[in-house]
Formats: sequence, C-alpha cells, structure tokens
Amino acid sequence: MQTIIVVGNGMVGYKFCEKFVAQADTKKYKLIVFGEEPRVAYDRVHLSEFFEDGDAERLSLAPRSWYQENTIELYTNERVSEINRATKTISTSKNRTFSYDHLVLATGSVPFVPPIRGVEKKGVFVYRTIEDLEETLAYANTVKGGKAAILGGGLLGLEAAKAVMDMGLEPHVVEFAPKLMPRQLDSRSSKVLQVKLESMGINIHLSKATNQILGNGKITGMEFGEDDTLDVDMLVISAGIRPRDELGKSAGLDMGTRGGIVVNNKMETSDPNIVAIGEVALYNQMIYGLVAPGYEMAQVAVDQILGKEETKMAAEIDMSTKLKLIGVDVASFGTPFMPSDKGHSIIFENKTESLYKRINVSHDGKKLLGGILVGEADDYNMLLQMYQNEMPLPENPEALIIGGRGEGGVSFGSAMDLPDTAVVCSCEAVTKGAICCSVLEDGNENLKSVAQATKAATGCGGCKPMVSDLITESLKTLGKTVKVQICEHFEYSRQELFDIVKLRGVQDYDELLDTVGTGHGCEVCKPAVAAIFASIYNETANKQNTIQDTNDRYLANIQRNGTYSVVPRVAGGEITPKQLMAMGRIAQKYDLYTKITGGQRIDMFGAKLHELPLIWEELIKEGFETGQAYGKSLRTVKSCVGSTWCRYGMDESVSFAVEIENRYKGIRSPHKFKGGVSGCIRECAEARGKDFGFIAVEGGWNVYVGGNGGANPKHAILLAEKVDKETAIKYVDRFIMFYIKTALPLQRTAPWLEKLEGGITYLQNVVINDSLGIVEELDAEMQALVDSYKCEWKEAVETPEIRERYTHFVNSEETDDNIEFVSLREQKMPKEWA
Amino acid sequence: MTTLGLSTYKTVTEEDVKFWFKAASVSKFPSNGGACIKYKNKQIAIFNFTREGTWYACQNLCPHKMEMVLSRGMIGEENMEAKVACPLHKNNFSLKTGKHLNGDLEAIATYPVKVKDGFVYVGFSE
Ligand code: SRM
Ligand SMILES: Cc1cc2nc3c(=O)[nH]c(=O)nc-3n(C[C@H](O)[C@H](O)[C@H](O)COP(=O)(O)OP(=O)(O)OC[C@H]3O[C@@H](n4cnc5c(N)ncnc54)[C@H](O)[C@@H]3O)c2cc1C
Ligand code: SF4
Ligand code: FES
Repeated sequence: MQTIIVVGNGMVGYKFCEKFVAQADTKKYKLIVFGEEPRVAYDRVHLSEFFEDGDAERLSLAPRSWYQENTIELYTNERVSEINRATKTISTSKNRTFSYDHLVLATGSVPFVPPIRGVEKKGVFVYRTIEDLEETLAYANTVKGGKAAILGGGLLGLEAAKAVMDMGLEPHVVEFAPKLMPRQLDSRSSKVLQVKLESMGINIHLSKATNQILGNGKITGMEFGEDDTLDVDMLVISAGIRPRDELGKSAGLDMGTRGGIVVNNKMETSDPNIVAIGEVALYNQMIYGLVAPGYEMAQVAVDQILGKEETKMAAEIDMSTKLKLIGVDVASFGTPFMPSDKGHSIIFENKTESLYKRINVSHDGKKLLGGILVGEADDYNMLLQMYQNEMPLPENPEALIIGGRGEGGVSFGSAMDLPDTAVVCSCEAVTKGAICCSVLEDGNENLKSVAQATKAATGCGGCKPMVSDLITESLKTLGKTVKVQICEHFEYSRQELFDIVKLRGVQDYDELLDTVGTGHGCEVCKPAVAAIFASIYNETANKQNTIQDTNDRYLANIQRNGTYSVVPRVAGGEITPKQLMAMGRIAQKYDLYTKITGGQRIDMFGAKLHELPLIWEELIKEGFETGQAYGKSLRTVKSCVGSTWCRYGMDESVSFAVEIENRYKGIRSPHKFKGGVSGCIRECAEARGKDFGFIAVEGGWNVYVGGNGGANPKHAILLAEKVDKETAIKYVDRFIMFYIKTALPLQRTAPWLEKLEGGITYLQNVVINDSLGIVEELDAEMQALVDSYKCEWKEAVETPEIRERYTHFVNSEETDDNIEFVSLREQKMPKEWA
Repeated sequence: MTTLGLSTYKTVTEEDVKFWFKAASVSKFPSNGGACIKYKNKQIAIFNFTREGTWYACQNLCPHKMEMVLSRGMIGEENMEAKVACPLHKNNFSLKTGKHLNGDLEAIATYPVKVKDGFVYVGFSE
C-alpha cells in the first residue's frame, strides 16, 4: 500500500482526489488530504454567488461524506507546516507527522497585497476565501451606503466591484494601468467596458498609483498623489496573486525567481517524489491563475503517479477567459492583441450599445488567432472552438462578428461541425466526441445526466450552452425530439403538460402523475403543475394546497424567521385615506412591521401563521382583497398620476392601471408578471421596466412587452403603437395568454421573448395578425380567467377546513416559541440569523 | 425555552422507542403533506406521504438557518427516496435517513411513526 499525501484541499487538490479515486485501485493506495481552511474544498470561481444566498454549503465541490465513501482521510483546519524530504514525512500545525510515498503540493495562492503604507488598517480586505467574504460582508454592513474601493481593475477586481455594489456600497475601481483588464483587453475594448460599467454605477479610476491608505485605525480614504485622494469606507485588494510556495522553499525545492515551485511537464518538482499542481506550480515560467490548467495538471499528476507516463502537460496553455460579471459580457481568447506582422484584425464597435468585437485573423485569412468580445459574448464558445481547432474561416470572416444571431445570419453552422477532438469543456477537458458519445451510446438525454457522466459543464459553466446544443443535435440524429423535461417525474416540457392537462381534462396532480408521470413527484414539478391547473381552471391555491410552493400554500410570503407578510391589493397604487387608516389600525393591532413596497402598495410583515386568517378577516371586512404578492401571478400595475392631475399627462394612466390590474388579478402564470401605465413618455411609472406597459402618446397608447427589473434588467419592446385602449388590452391579453401557454417554468416574459424564435416580429404576427390562427382561442381563454376570479383569502377565511391549516401545531394551541423579534426604528424585525 | 438548538433532536429508531406519543388524529395531516406537533420541548414535523402509503416524522428545525419550518415544506421523492424540501431555501432532506441531499448540512433527526385507530403516534426514546 502506497500513501499519497495531498497538501491543500482547494479546487485543484480536490480535483486530484476526484480523478485519482476514479482511476486508481483504492486498495493499493491510501490518500490523505490536508486543508488549512475550515471547510471542505469549494468552488472559488463562484465565490461571488455566496452573496446571493449566503449559503456556503452550496459551493462545496463534494460533501464531507464523499471523502469517507472513497476512503480518503481528510483533515481540514490543519496546515502542513514542514516537509522532511529525507524521511519522506510531513508535519502539521497540530504537531502530527505522517509519511508519504508521493507528495502532492496543491497549496494554491494568496492575494498579493502591495506594500502600501496603511494597508493594515481596519476595513481593508482581500477576496479569496469564504471567510474573506464573510468578513468583508460584516464590515460592509457597518458602512452601508458608503463607498468602497477595489484596488485592481482585472478580472477579479471587477467581480469584487460587483460584489461590493451588491453589499450596498458605492464601488470605485482603482487601477494602476491606463486601462481595465489590462491582460485581456486592448485599449478600445477596455474603454467600451469602462463606459458600460460606469453606466451601471461602478466608478473607474485609471492610472492611479496608491501611495497611502488614510485613516486613523480604520480606512477613510486612499491617497494617490499629493492632492489626489479618494474618500472610501472600505477597500478590497485584488492586485494579483502570489503562489503559496513556502513549503517548497523551506524544503529546498527549485523555485522560480519570483516565487512558485518549478515543475516539468510531468508536474514533477526537483524532488521526483513531490509533484506540485494548481496555482502554486510554476510551469513554463508561469503561474496560471485559472482552474482549467490546474485541472489539467491534476490529471497529469494522477497519471504520472499511476505510471501512465505518456500523459504530459501541453506545451502551450490556453488562457482564454470569459468574465462572469453579471450585466456585461467580456471575453478574450487566443492572442487578444496581435502585432500587425502576424495577421490583421477585424474590429466592430458600437459605442451606443457598448459593443466591441475584435477577431485576429492570419494574413492568409485562413486561421483565427484570437479575439476580444465586450458587451455580447454569445459567440465566444464557437469562436474559441474555431481558434483551438484551427478550423477554416468563412470567406468573409467579418461575418463572424457582425450580422449577429437571430437576424438570419448565423455564420458558424452548428456545434456539430466541430471535430470530435474539440475540447468543449475546458475546465474538465471534455471533448465534443465524449459529449456526443454519452448521448448516442450511453443514452444520456439531458444536460444533468450528460454532466454527471462526463463532468462537462460542471466547472465554470461557460460551456453549458454549447453542451446543450450538442445534446440536442445528437438526439436529433437519433430521431428523438428534444424537450426541456420538467424534472425526473415527467418526461414532458411545461408546454406539453399544459396541453395534456387541458386536452384530457386532468383534474388533479395525482391523476396527472399516475397517467403520464412516474414516482411521487418533487418540489420542482409540483408547483409547476399547480400553476398549470391554475392557468387552465383558474382554481385557487387552496384546492391542491400541498403541491403549492410554500408562499402559495399559505397565501402569504414566508419571511426569514418563518413568519409571513400580508399585502392587500392596491390596484394602480390608488388608495383612499379610509383604507389607509383601516390598514394602519390592523397593522397596529397585530404589531406588524409596515413598509411601502417598490410596487406601490403596503406590506405588513411579521404575522404568525395562526394570525393570518384573523388579519385577513379584518382586511376583507374593510374591502381589501389579496394582492397575490406570494404568487407567480399578476403582482402590481404601477401607475403615474397621469392626466387627472399632471400637467404633462396625455391620458388617464391611473384609471387605466386600476382597470388592467383588476382585469389580470389572480391569473397565475409561469412566473410573476407586472405592469405599468405612464401618462406620457416621461415614463414616471417605469412601464418599460415591466412585463407589459402602456404609455400614453399623442393619438393613443403605445404597448410594450417583455421588460423587467430584477437581476437582469430589460426594457420592454414596442409591440404596437398609438392604439386605442381596447386594442391595447386585447393585444396584451393575447400576449399574456400565449406566454402562459408556452413559457418554461419560472421563466419571465423577457427571457421567454428572447428565446422565442423570430422575436418581437413573430409575436406581433401571432397576437396582431393572427398568423397561427389562435387569437380567438387566446381571447376566450383570457376572458374565462378574468370571469372566474375570486379572492382566495376570502375563500380561505370563509372555509373552516382551510382556516384550520393556519396553526403552527396541530396538537397544541401554543405558538412557535422559536420566533424572536428585536426592535427597529420604532417597529420590529426578526432576530438575526446566527 | 426559545431557540432550542440542533442538540435537542436525535434520531430515534424503531428499536429505541420507549414511548409512543399520541400526537393527533390522522385528519390533521393533509394528504401528501405535513403538519407540526409539539412534544415536550420538541417540534416534530409529521408527513402523511399518501402516495407511498407511508408516514414520516423528523425535527421541524431546519439545520440551515435554524428555523422551525420543515413541516411546511413540500414532500416528494428523488430516486424513490422520500424527501422534504425546506420552504425557506429548498434544502432537501431524506425522510428515511435525514441526510441532506443537495449539500453538506448536518442530517436531520428522524422519528418512527405509527397509525392506530385513526391516531398518529410518534416514537420517542425519552
Ligand atoms: C416587498 C418588495 C420589496 C419592497 O419592500 O419594496 C419585494 C419583496 C420581495 N421580492 Fe421583489 N419585492 C418588491 C418589488 C420588486 C420590484 C419592483 C417593482 O415591482 O416595481 C422588482 C423589480 C421589478 C421586476 O420584478 O421586474 C422586484 C424583483 C424581484 C425579483 C427578481 C425578478 C426577476 O425577474 O429577476 C425577485 C425574485 C423572484 O421573483 O424570483 C423578487 C422576490 C421578492 C420576494 C418575493 C423574495 C421572497 O421570495 O421572499 C420578496 C418577498 C417579500 C414579502 O414577503 O412580501 N423580487 N421586486 C416589493 C413588493 C412589491 C409589491 O407590492 O408586491
Ligand atoms: C473570486 C474568484 C473568482 C475566480 N474566477 C475564476 C474564473 O472565472 N475562472 C477561472 O478559471 N478561475 C477563477 N478563479 C481562480 C481559481 O479559483 C483558482 O485558479 C483555483 O482555485 C486554483 O486552485 P488551487 O487548488 O491551485 O488553489 P486554491 O483553490 O487556493 O486551494 C489551495 C488550498 O490549499 C490550502 N493550503 C495552502 N497551504 C496549505 C498548507 N500548508 N497546508 C494545508 N493546506 C494549505 C489553502 O488554504 C487552500 O484552501 C477565481 C478565483 C477567485 C478568488
Ligand atoms: S426584497 Fe427583493 S431585493 Fe430586497 S432582499 Fe428581498 S428579494 Fe432581495
Ligand atoms: S432554513 Fe431551511 S433551507 Fe434555509
């Protein structure tokens, strides 16, 4: 039995273990892993996602139990402090000693902190581990609304900028070079990116050398030149990385002059029993700060240890990258900048749209050498493939970057044209051949199972679209149609299930599962099917309450401490003083926290489960009805004051908003949908930020569809111009009905419209010109929904069996004693999560 | 008595049962859904998995953010292993073993359930 010790349980160290146990006879080898961090290896690449849900577990690459199952001894929170090459042993921070036959150094790197005066001050952070992030976040909470600087305008720095913005701080990126992302972008593309980022609220300061961090104990600013300072409350340093090579140094291994443990193409260090992989390894005199080369190194190291000596590291390593920054696509591949003696560049730039695309082509026009994409990088995967596989270019290579998708001119043909050896997933080095084979020969039919079988798309995820395309195309060659299956329990897409329910008149979930599904269902298909029943029969969530998402099940939004919020409908945002007083009285009686929402109504938070029917009983008595703030259904129709009061108003926007909100209230759909009505093009109601919007203009209403705010803001697109109110309503009726019938679960109108082949023109043909011959049907279906509306809270308070559901314990009158509130500005809020 | 931690809940197997607590009548538990009962200082979620013809019980406390909410979660199955999805962030737990299925949280405690004469009983070891 041979012992292999892995130092470092980071991304590459983990990958080594994964590849090793997959290939080696585990009876012959014992694997021991040390990690200095308290957690098991996690996905650093998606560190920023930690903000979204604060859920560290979700990032882990494999649960602790995985190590046990594979008989790997894992010691986290334990640093290896010394290597003794003579005795082939290591010792750890807990003063333990272990012997090895092979030693794998995967200690990664640390952020480089430049020796600036004052960097030790409070409020200065780096960005590499979950703990870094937690500390940053905790500090950010104390300076909310303040300013944060990011030192370094590279890939990571920009990601950090987005992160601090999400923390509620004003981001300022400070870069030493005269441009952003100096390693990946040329000056023009960097300028385009800069303008785009500035428009998103990220401030950029270029050519700034920081002399000093100002502040007494904690940071208050940065000083660049004599009179050149920037006031900030926090600083995140992202100025490059330094390999964590101290073990190599103290053990006397060959080191690079600027750090890093030197390895050859077998990943061997100067000691043949020690390999180094990942960001600590200096290969070709370079440290590669990306996962893909690290994973490749892990593969080479595994094969070398197992005696497959022919596996070696490639001589040239691809550094192509795509930024994950939400809101802007940025990618560069191959040789992004190229001297003109090597070839020529084709550049497309559109400043108003923040678009920049550059490809570098060999002099003979036959080969793609590299390129840069800013603003839109949909074609990145395909271009990267053409470059990596030296595929022949079309006669007019500019077609690769102009013309764009959708408008007929897809210049690449399909992913199927790639050679089988093309590496599609570079993180896991999975080829096109392997992906297609997993579909054609092993019978995998969807992304999840192909990903499980091949590991493709499990790294940075950038190749997902291409892997999906390959699966779809491979299935087509088998004569199978491809559908987006809802989950493992139904081999149908949402649209197909919708038709099945409708045509067969299926009445409930169990019946549907028994006739066309398998197993007992899950939290994915249940609410999706519930929404279908609701859209077809307009039944309320009370009928089949256990298949509803929790908010629908209890007709209220669950809050962080398990209490609920109450939001009555305030159509169009119009409310009488009497109603306001009634709401105030009820909120006071039940001690609810109240807030005006972003949707022009009032939210009352902190109601306990058993209080919900009591509160609603009183609200209903005062003439309120449910606002469906919990539902995937119509939320609000926002209005501006319009011509009734406003001196610019072209028409009565409030009246229209009230009418349309009452028309669509209670209609359930694949995702929530919202509307807006503005009285003139000043657009105070932000109608173009909604799923549907009306704007009064000279001579009628302009109708917009497919907008939203949220994580990926999209402006709605003009569907019809200057139409009268009745026509406007008719078009939107049909648009909504068509969306309800054909969208994927949890797909809002904007992404739906984006995926709709033919886009807005097609939609106009369907809802205006009746190209599919279905408008009569759509009209009738919409009218049926409108006519069958009922307030589900009224139904709930009036029906004893439903009321009974609102109790925390079914065997006791007591309430949940786990709920604790603390006070906040004369109101209350839930106690912080531990 | 508030914020009782995870240590309050320990899995009880059929063999360990010292006492069958008469929780509530069958009618209190929706078909294919759950409800919560109180036993001493414990909150226990009980699920009536009608489609399987099985009953399950587990702690009501979600180990993710320590909220008493699991009984309000949706139940279902993955590879025929019964599970509950927490209503707050959709963490999934096996109702058979308590294991966290989509991550690395601590397993939840599970308890044996039996139904007799229209009443649901949960087995405890203390
Ligand atoms: C209360 C409110 C914030 C506020 O205090 O102002 C709010 C609160 C929540 N929003 Fe919102 N959103 C609120 C207005 C908005 C707006 C503004 C608007 O409607 O004009 C937006 C951007 C506009 C848009 O939707 O396009 C908005 C975009 C979101 C999104 C992102 C949707 C997207 O497509 O990206 C989510 C997440 C989701 O739905 O999946 C979300 C989800 C949520 C949830 C439901 C999260 C949750 O599941 O618990 C919050 C529920 C709170 C509760 O218990 O009531 N909320 N949310 C606002 C309620 C409006 C209302 O009266 O009903
Ligand atoms: C925010 C962020 C975003 C990124 N985005 C991308 C991206 O989009 N694409 C991309 O390709 N790359 C990206 N990266 C880089 C990528 O995460 C790294 O390339 C990768 O993590 C390197 O893996 P590694 O195992 O070499 O190092 P690490 O993941 O850092 O792992 C090394 C581990 O070893 C431990 N360790 C060190 N010394 C010892 C010791 N003596 N004893 C025990 N344990 C020790 C460390 O604590 C650490 O846990 C990103 C990085 C960050 C921080
Ligand atoms: S209210 Fe909306 S934006 Fe605010 S935290 Fe909740 S989901 Fe996020
Ligand atoms: S509290 Fe249960 S999943 Fe977060």
